[in-house]
Amino acid sequence: MRNLVIGGVLVGSVVVAALLSFAWTPFDPVKVDATHRLLGFTGSHWFGTDKFGRDLLSQLMVGARTTLYVGVVAVGIAAVIGTPLGILAGMSPRWLGEFVMRVNDLVLAFPALLLAIMFGAVFGADTLTAMVAIGIATIPSFARIARSGTLQVMSTEFVLAARAGGRSRLNIAARHVLPNISGLLIVQASVSFAIAVLAEAALSFLGFGTRPPTPSWGRMLQESQELLTVQPRLALVPGIAIAVAVLGFNLLGDGLRDRLDPRLAARV
Amino acid sequence: MTLSVTGLRVGDLVRNVSFDIGAGERVGLIGESGSGKSLTALAVMGLLPEELPASGSVSLHGRELLGMSEKDLSRLRGDELAMVFQEPMTALNPAMRVGRQVTEPGRIRGRRHRAEELLDAVGLPGTARAYPHQLSGGQRQRVVLAMALANEPSLLICDEPTTALDVTVQAQILSLVKTSLPAESALLFITHDLAVVASVCERVLVMLDGEIVEAGSTREVLTQPKHEYTRKLLDASDLEARR
Amino acid sequence: MTARVLRRVAIFVVSVLVASIVVFLFMAVLPGDPAQVALGVNATPELLAKTRTEFGIDRPLVTQYFDWIGGVLHGDFGRSYVTREAIGSQLLDRLGVTLWLVGAGMLVALVIAVPAGTFAAVKHRKASGASVSGLSQIGVAIPAFLAGIILVQIFAVQLRWLPSGGWTPPDQDFGEFVRGLILPALSLGLVQGAVLTRYVRSAVLDTLGQDYLRTARSKGLRPGQALVRHGLRNASVPVVTVLGLQLATLLIGAVVVERVFVLPGLGSMLLDAVGSRDLLTVQGIVLVLVVGVLLVNFVVDVLYTVLDPRLRGS
Repeated sequence: MRNLVIGGVLVGSVVVAALLSFAWTPFDPVKVDATHRLLGFTGSHWFGTDKFGRDLLSQLMVGARTTLYVGVVAVGIAAVIGTPLGILAGMSPRWLGEFVMRVNDLVLAFPALLLAIMFGAVFGADTLTAMVAIGIATIPSFARIARSGTLQVMSTEFVLAARAGGRSRLNIAARHVLPNISGLLIVQASVSFAIAVLAEAALSFLGFGTRPPTPSWGRMLQESQELLTVQPRLALVPGIAIAVAVLGFNLLGDGLRDRLDPRLAARV
Repeated sequence: MTLSVTGLRVGDLVRNVSFDIGAGERVGLIGESGSGKSLTALAVMGLLPEELPASGSVSLHGRELLGMSEKDLSRLRGDELAMVFQEPMTALNPAMRVGRQVTEPGRIRGRRHRAEELLDAVGLPGTARAYPHQLSGGQRQRVVLAMALANEPSLLICDEPTTALDVTVQAQILSLVKTSLPAESALLFITHDLAVVASVCERVLVMLDGEIVEAGSTREVLTQPKHEYTRKLLDASDLEARR
Repeated sequence: MTARVLRRVAIFVVSVLVASIVVFLFMAVLPGDPAQVALGVNATPELLAKTRTEFGIDRPLVTQYFDWIGGVLHGDFGRSYVTREAIGSQLLDRLGVTLWLVGAGMLVALVIAVPAGTFAAVKHRKASGASVSGLSQIGVAIPAFLAGIILVQIFAVQLRWLPSGGWTPPDQDFGEFVRGLILPALSLGLVQGAVLTRYVRSAVLDTLGQDYLRTARSKGLRPGQALVRHGLRNASVPVVTVLGLQLATLLIGAVVVERVFVLPGLGSMLLDAVGSRDLLTVQGIVLVLVVGVLLVNFVVDVLYTVLDPRLRGS
């Protein structure tokens, strides 16, 4: 329960910051202001400014948008493609299911970062390629969970009765499989979101993610490097933001898993 | 007295249990699930879970077991005290060969038993190099029995050893227990099946809701039950013909 | 058991082949002309055509693929379109650096995770166990490069105990080699250690609840002895799975850490090649990385059958 609450609060704050940024930010995050460079924690600039005089808090808020955006699209792609794949593999004859899983493993051999770099090389690196690459790299996790859950559901009495009654595959998938594995999928979504956030941060850090001047937490970290000795704040602020988001989604996933698990076990 | 239990309490699941077992005696402990019989056995072995403390007195050959250090208790277990548990399928380490597991009680005390001998004695010749998953439930239970008897314990506790097995296999295991237990060793046999008690034990203790409600020789208790619960048990079982 | 292993070998070989085709096709899809990129905008059409022939890119794709893969199997990764140097030898050197980094990182991760995870499992009801568990949760949330930046800040800049970057080969100066490896290995290892701790904890917790541990104790083994002699091997099975997955993550994490510490590894070679649109090099490196991941998975699979006799199929 505690995991759920803490996770929810952390994720919630990121979401709130992102949503708020659409309406209002303390300053314009991309506006260069040479007179106010490298300020510390002040009354007007709560987190200070960077070497271009841009307000850190505003960058943080708009960066939250990117982070969430990438997470949602990446997890969305993975869920929308991976889930049907997994369900199909679980409902098919054994050899087909095994084959799909082998292909799955192959995709797994291309980690998110590597795919993003490859995509970046071919299509040019920006937020879109990063999202799609991370999404594709996450498909195997969803497919695997979906298949494993499907196999369990398929052996329950409900489904055996439905099959005996001549219900079509699609019908069974929609009415029995999907509702019963949704819990598993939600947990996976939360965990994958955390991974996506880390991947996006790493990519931006390497220069393969969001292009300037759009604020991005990963790039904020990369930019902070040269002045690290004198202004560690520049690294700590985005760094803690990333950690908060990742921790939040992980805890959320753990909490959801704890809540849904006994019910899952009982239903399936 | 080999085993002397006085006023044993475990949480509120075992309340004021007292009984004695002398050398060479075969005593049955009978009751339904939830009566506290397994907890009593675990209390004697010192294997109760952390959250369930025991109070009262449990002494083996005059030595008090409750409150004894883990170090001393572990010296007694597998040597003077041994136990066979209910579920054979999970009782053995799946990653270790059966022969190695069976000689372990001896090995940790510097005694060198031969795995083949121990396994032969329980009717499992040639299985020393097998892994547990290659054996059936009944066979695994024999291995567990062999392990328990390896050091000729003063007290062997069996907690429903045949409940998880087929009826045909049950009879084999029971007869094995009777024949392979050394004469001087005491036996505490826990079960919910009166027929089993009748075939193995000379004395019987009847347990209900954490207390012993009747005790006496098997013949007495089964032919002239004093407590209402005992009577109910007898009625529910099919010992009619035996009487 | 041999049948199972052979099957795995077959799957591995097929996977590698398919992966190589995917990588090749991917690079072939790239819009643009490597000859143009190499020669610049002012190149004459004749020069471009000549360069294309030199690169071999005017041939049909299938020929190019087989030529490439045939060379790779002999260790010849071709010549870079940009630097005109042989890719293979540089790849090997860089791979060595990355492997040292990944190996050291894995070592750090294991050294942290096995004791910490076991402790957290054994004491899971007490505050001490719970706090270790909590710490590992936080550790998971920190990106490796952030850990790197912080470590550099503390140990290299402020305390000046360790260098902030650079690489010394082990045969050149072993002391410097080790000193230069510590911080990068820690950056990778601390974070992976946190992830691994959670898995170790879960595996040990599972094992602690197993009946055969109770049997072991009833034979006279003390709780610690029982856990080590009986639990270890069984608990290691899920941990080995994760180790395999972790190796893949470490490999990729190394890419980022190499940036932070300016290490001449495969990661920085990859990033440089992408930057200069050196496609053949990118192709080669990606292949090596992907095959590396597949290889690790294969080894893990085989290790399973060694660790868990139930999987040997008798």
